Amino acid sequence: MYVAVKGGERAIESAHAWLAEERRGDLNIAELSVAQIREQLSLAVDRVMAEGSLYDPDLAALAIKQSRGDLIEAIFLIRAYRTTLPRFGATEPIDTGAMACDRRISATFKDLPGGQVLGPTFDYTHRLLDFKLAADGDAPEAPMREAEIGEVPHVTEFLNREGLIEEAPHDTAEPPDLTRAPLELPANRALRLQALSRADEGFTLGLAYSTQRGYARNHAFVGELRIGSVPVEMDIPELGFALEIGEVTLTECETVNQFMGSKTEPPQFTRGYGLVFGQSERKAISMALVDRALRWEELGEDNQGAPAQDTEFVLYHADNIQATGFLEHIKLPHYVDFQAELELVRKLRAEADAGHVQEAAE
Amino acid sequence: MSEAAYNFAYLDEQTKRMIRRAILKGLAVPGYQVPFASREMPMPYGWGTGGVQVSAAVLTPDDRFKVIDQGADDTTNAVSIRSFFERTAGVDTTTKTAEASVIQTRHRIPEEPLTEDQILVYQVPIPEPLRFLEPRESETRKMHSLEEYGLMHVKLYEDISRHGHIATSYAYPVKVEGRYVMDPSPIPKFDNPKLGDMAAIQLFGAGREQRIYALPPYTQVVSLDFEDHPFEASKADHACALCGAEHSYLDEVIVDDSGKRMFVCSDTDFCESRRAAGHVGEQAA
Repeated sequence: MYVAVKGGERAIESAHAWLAEERRGDLNIAELSVAQIREQLSLAVDRVMAEGSLYDPDLAALAIKQSRGDLIEAIFLIRAYRTTLPRFGATEPIDTGAMACDRRISATFKDLPGGQVLGPTFDYTHRLLDFKLAADGDAPEAPMREAEIGEVPHVTEFLNREGLIEEAPHDTAEPPDLTRAPLELPANRALRLQALSRADEGFTLGLAYSTQRGYARNHAFVGELRIGSVPVEMDIPELGFALEIGEVTLTECETVNQFMGSKTEPPQFTRGYGLVFGQSERKAISMALVDRALRWEELGEDNQGAPAQDTEFVLYHADNIQATGFLEHIKLPHYVDFQAELELVRKLRAEADAGHVQEAAE
Repeated sequence: MSEAAYNFAYLDEQTKRMIRRAILKGLAVPGYQVPFASREMPMPYGWGTGGVQVSAAVLTPDDRFKVIDQGADDTTNAVSIRSFFERTAGVDTTTKTAEASVIQTRHRIPEEPLTEDQILVYQVPIPEPLRFLEPRESETRKMHSLEEYGLMHVKLYEDISRHGHIATSYAYPVKVEGRYVMDPSPIPKFDNPKLGDMAAIQLFGAGREQRIYALPPYTQVVSLDFEDHPFEASKADHACALCGAEHSYLDEVIVDDSGKRMFVCSDTDFCESRRAAGHVGEQAA
């Protein structure tokens, strides 16, 4: 008689088994290897590393395979794994000036020391489906030239020499760690950048776009965008010096923003900054625009009430793992609360009906 | 990674220590929301990550663990959380309220009164009772520190003037020891009277919102109301169709296409115990 609306252990197990089968798909089609994902879906791997806050292309590729290509689910797998890892220490700050650049462009100067290097970009491709890829293609080959060795200076440094751009704010305080301490406001810039770096790409893009359309417009030029690998060094106390422990690929964006001056600052250019794991220009540029919008207070600008200026709004809603969890949890059972609402609505309706009857009688 | 590769109850000892500190602070300042460095758990935010972290921090190998969701031990997420701790902590589990030393719950307080030997852990989605009146955390923290709760009373008053009743049926706000206004998590207001003067320790964990708060045993907890509109713990006006209980919280179940309903205890252990003791409801098979 009692309809069993409640699931149990067996239902969960069966659901998991079905999920695994669906993940594998048609058995007549060869299974994807983790290495194939790592090599051929590398931008997906990069996004999972960036928003998962863990630099490990193999694990990110495994997560993408396990999540059937659902990147937020893959990011979640990486985050849940990451949180269990012990912390040995912190690395030295990376030096992006020493980056071995695959790509480095400036939208503010036609040419500059270090040159404009397009690198592997979609920018000037015509978005026509390449049906050759549907067949088995030959391995594509790109022309080669010798790389130029040496530091590639940052564009903003040239502007800085003339005093045309604000000094990069120096902060020697140890940056807070978003993953080890609860997010509390007000958040300093280091914390905001940390949150933005792992923020959802779509959310960050939307916010950045809103500033371009007039919600706290900050007139951004891409001073420089660079993608490449940088060495990561760690100070080993037993040795007394820093050792290179590996390399990471990063995308860095520095925006140069118009600034008419304020009560406290003369007219000069200001900075927005974006830095993310892997190759992700969309995310890095978005991050720089949002960073700049969030700096309104320290630059003495007006609060226009725009979403991208609102630190609390941005930081509390930028994390896609938090957002998707809370959003999707409403599919869990809520019948106890719903029952309480049912009783309330029935009671209010009964009283409203009684009220109408009485009014009619009067 | 195999389960053996994880620490007892999943979290590492330093993390548990951090959570225990937050719990102790919460117990020392009843009803105050203590920020804590919530970890990403292997289940999604919204599935009880706060409660799971609190349970992980208080569980010992000798504990006997019970998990309920909507009052029931066999709802899918209760099953999932119970099996998580079976795997990662190897603790004994039970569905019997009286036999459990730690009970994790979502949306209900068990019908059977708890004892001094028990801990009740709540899963909390939005720990801030003022959140829907003021969306900014920076503001609501100020309101709590200044004991500025006028807005809440205005909201309740407006409910009465508009509907004739306070239109909050669950997550009904309470005041703790005359100081902090607290969200009791989304339990039906039927359960509110059980919060006060309870013998067991009550711990509240909100993972995504990074907050822990607590009620030590025998704390004064008062549901907000007005003298001329006193708080009323309401439930469906029926008896349980299976065990005949008249004072337990009921689920409404639709049983056929014509929309016929039956009402049964939401607390499955309570209902089963009563039936085992010979109580019979109208539709007991």
